[in-house]
Amino acid sequence: MQRIGVFVCHCGTNIAGTVDVSQVAEALSHEPGVVYSKDYTYMCSATGQGMLKDAIRDYNLTGVVICSCSPRMHENTFRKAAEQAGLNPFMLEIANIREQCSWVHKDMAIGTAKAIVLGRAAVAKVNLNAPLTSGETAVTKRALVIGGGIAGIQTALDIADAGFPVDIVEKKPTIGGKMAQLDKTFPTLDCAACILTPKMVEAQQNENITIYSYSEVEDVKGFVGNFDVKIRRKARYVDETKCTGCGLCTEKCPMKKVPNEFNLGMDSRHAVYIPFAQAVPKVATIDPNYCLKLKSGKCGLCSKVCSVGAIDYTQKDEIIEEKYGAIVVATGYNPISLDKFDEFAYSKSKDVISSLELERLMNAAGPTGGTLLRPSDGTHPHTVVFVQCVGSRCEANAEKGKEYCSKICCMYTAKHAMLIRDKYPDTDVYVFYIDVRTPGKNFDEFYRRAVEQYGVHYIKGMVGKVTPEDGKLKVQASDLLDNRQLKIDADMVVLAAAIEPDKSARPLATMLTASMDTNDFFTEAHPKLRPVESPTAGVFLSGVCQGPKDIPETVAQAGAAASKAIGLLCKDKLKNNACVAESNEMMCNGCSQCEKVCAYGAITYVDKEFRMPDRTTQVRRVASVNPAVCQGCGACASACPSGAMDLKGFKNDQILAEVDALCR
Amino acid sequence: MADENKELKMPDMNYAKDEIIRISGVNPRKCMRCGKCSATCPAYDEMEYHPHQFVYMVETGEIEPLLKSKSLYKCLSCFACIDRCPRGVEPEKLVEAVRLTVERQQGNDHFTPDSLAEFYDDDMPQQAIVSAFRKYRK
Amino acid sequence: MTVSYFPGCTLKNKAVDLDKYARQTAEKLGVTFEELDEWQCCGGVFTESTDEIATKLSSVRALKKAEDLGNILVTVCSACHNVIKQTNYQMSDEDFASKVNNYLGSEEAYDGQAVEKHYLELLRDDIGFDSVKKQVVNPLKGKKIACYYGCLLLRPSKVMKTDDPENPSIMEDLVKSLGAEPVYYAARNECCGGYVVADSPEFSKRRAKDICDGAEKAGADMIVTACPLCMYNLKKSGSDIPVVYFTEVMAEAFGIKEGENNG
Repeated sequence: MQRIGVFVCHCGTNIAGTVDVSQVAEALSHEPGVVYSKDYTYMCSATGQGMLKDAIRDYNLTGVVICSCSPRMHENTFRKAAEQAGLNPFMLEIANIREQCSWVHKDMAIGTAKAIVLGRAAVAKVNLNAPLTSGETAVTKRALVIGGGIAGIQTALDIADAGFPVDIVEKKPTIGGKMAQLDKTFPTLDCAACILTPKMVEAQQNENITIYSYSEVEDVKGFVGNFDVKIRRKARYVDETKCTGCGLCTEKCPMKKVPNEFNLGMDSRHAVYIPFAQAVPKVATIDPNYCLKLKSGKCGLCSKVCSVGAIDYTQKDEIIEEKYGAIVVATGYNPISLDKFDEFAYSKSKDVISSLELERLMNAAGPTGGTLLRPSDGTHPHTVVFVQCVGSRCEANAEKGKEYCSKICCMYTAKHAMLIRDKYPDTDVYVFYIDVRTPGKNFDEFYRRAVEQYGVHYIKGMVGKVTPEDGKLKVQASDLLDNRQLKIDADMVVLAAAIEPDKSARPLATMLTASMDTNDFFTEAHPKLRPVESPTAGVFLSGVCQGPKDIPETVAQAGAAASKAIGLLCKDKLKNNACVAESNEMMCNGCSQCEKVCAYGAITYVDKEFRMPDRTTQVRRVASVNPAVCQGCGACASACPSGAMDLKGFKNDQILAEVDALCR
Repeated sequence: MADENKELKMPDMNYAKDEIIRISGVNPRKCMRCGKCSATCPAYDEMEYHPHQFVYMVETGEIEPLLKSKSLYKCLSCFACIDRCPRGVEPEKLVEAVRLTVERQQGNDHFTPDSLAEFYDDDMPQQAIVSAFRKYRK
Repeated sequence: MTVSYFPGCTLKNKAVDLDKYARQTAEKLGVTFEELDEWQCCGGVFTESTDEIATKLSSVRALKKAEDLGNILVTVCSACHNVIKQTNYQMSDEDFASKVNNYLGSEEAYDGQAVEKHYLELLRDDIGFDSVKKQVVNPLKGKKIACYYGCLLLRPSKVMKTDDPENPSIMEDLVKSLGAEPVYYAARNECCGGYVVADSPEFSKRRAKDICDGAEKAGADMIVTACPLCMYNLKKSGSDIPVVYFTEVMAEAFGIKEGENNG
């Protein structure tokens, strides 16, 4: 028989306001096994914990029930205290009489009655509890960062700095991500490349960092501390170890009409290409969709001009397998497609562009060498209209657009407007906004500078329609503060398109069993208190894959994700969850139901020899749980048709005892 | 064209807002005040109150000026505001509901068989006449 | 193929060319337009309200009849298309549908399963513009045609789903298959002034003038439309550009009708 102690917490008036705590303590003192029952104002306080420890020692308690708040709050607190007093922590149970009782009832009599029943159920369970111990597994001291934009680069640098090897997997031929495409950065207007490229070089030079560019994660198995990852290195038809990045092949390649994705298709590149001057790694890549040699067997010019023999048309995709202790997701974002927003004439006029396209048009390495010219006729625009919130802040489940605010557009639009006014004072700039959202250090000052110092016309209202006519763009818009419909003849219209998570995020989340929201942003373990961790242990989040954010915030989160990963990698061993499934081999009939429902791949089957009652032996196939992989979700236990599978700490008989106690 | 100076019979103002919201099926609280409806409205210059004002004024209960406004008869029912509203507010349905609220009061028809004589010509399609009767008369 | 045909009020009177040539060209394409018995006028405009039952009944009856015959219901007039399609959509609201069916009685009760299509949609989705092309005996070579959509074919797009509301192509694709050259201009999906001609004729005239001027400026020889009211407003705009129904240019290309604008 157990010797159980019951502690009923007042939680100030949180519980005591609607539950008669002394009556609960009194009622539970008569339950089977209970040898001690008391109420106290704040059980979680040091005094409360002291009370618990003293009682365990003084009354030789073998089990404890705390009637208090949700176990998510203080289960750990109380279990640690119990452990310090020499009790196995799994001999302590919480009865939640706050969230599930006092907070939802107004009537004292009803609240008290329910609290007693909840406490009774917990006592019934503790009567059947058994001490549990957690196993341990070793941690692989290597991290994987998926995505090589500024988020991934910063995370990798920070982890490498702490002395751990880290691999960056980037699907494009170079790291750098979106930031490499930006011209200037707000609110300081420093050149994006000038601050990004040193970090790219640092990542390349760091001995602890391996960059797998032009590569994608193909498969993820395992669990925190022990992930097995397959990475597909796509054939770039160039030997990375030989290529010096001299660029001769890219000059000689006769296929020179390939849309250049780095400049968003506004100019062309060759079929063999290096995305931009500061690319890392600076090696050529052959685009198999356009290369004549790969498509038709003719040409081969690049191979002839390459002095180091780096071109290899026979190269195949390669799968590498690596073990990691921690994985950081940094898959980033893209602007949404503007196909469905043709009221702004995006597909009808070349002079209607997205903001990211404007970045390239303003950049010295862009298609116009940094001179702002209209894509249609190469003339200088005298009137530029910016439209904010294109596809952001739309109705839920809208056929087009996103419900969320994309967060970065207000600031980059202010930047664009300011830069245009600075460089071309003869150009009139209008910004149509719904709200100007500039929370951030020096952000609102920056926006005000665009208005006050640079004379950008900020107009509260949305653009309704843009129509190309006679080489102009007729912009029809609302000026809500003046209650007027404006008609502006513009030379260029710039659309601040909403941003959305990269398309690779969804399949990656499935591989990682990491959860996502309806917009395909990765979900945090806790939106406030654990913002850089995924609920899946060992998976961390960096950058826009978790939600829209600008560069300073991304870098901050990248560092935070790195420190969480480092915290994990520093450990030699990880304590496993003690509440894992176990199979009673005598009852298991090897039906595989449990294996099918296990989301973590924790269940395997073994052939085992059993002695039968007639002294013969029989080999049977039975389930076996790997306690290091099991997450204790209990899916197998409920799927098992023969009752062989059970979850430690939540065994079937314990649950039934609780139910019986509730129904008594 | 209807008599411009006709005195309109007003509905019970205590219920007018609720009634308009009910028959339109529109929730004006969904509006985020971007003004795209008015930006896109081809009848804007003809209207005294513009689509975004219909949404705002119905929400704030300022119904009477809308009921009395000639703007009700200028809306083309072209659905441009419905199509382009990012929040799915459907301002045109509100304009229609306000107009119905006026026209459902006895004697408030904006258009009568007599008005037909004023604008009818031999080329006019039947469609124009039935549409005008349906929109401007109850 | 046989379809149920809802001509609508105007096609029996002022817009006989829209009606006649729709039937004749369809026949050429192997589609018989079977006119619905005792159809009633759709009312010209859809009444956007949750409690207007009576104004929707003629549309519901037409849909019900087509459904009983196992046919899709085809309209040629943009307004009929708009009213009947929006009514059909509103019938997906259970509360509204039960009120309508209470009104109609059990024999006439309609479950919202009928499919309504504009002739243009039938041409694109069921017949195919390639088949249209095969019937062309008199290609409209060198003819520059500005297609005019107006509102009713396209909006509200959530309901109509006829084409991309901001960048439609169904009419341009048709005139291309007839051998003509489509001309793109900004106002092709802007309102012609519609029924407001009854209240503010000058306003409607300005709207229509903008459209005609835009088409002319873009180099069009003519405007084609699918709506008698659009046709009326455009013709009254004071502009000289010819306005014809899309069925007329089809008939001309098919050799059914002598081209008046062939020079």
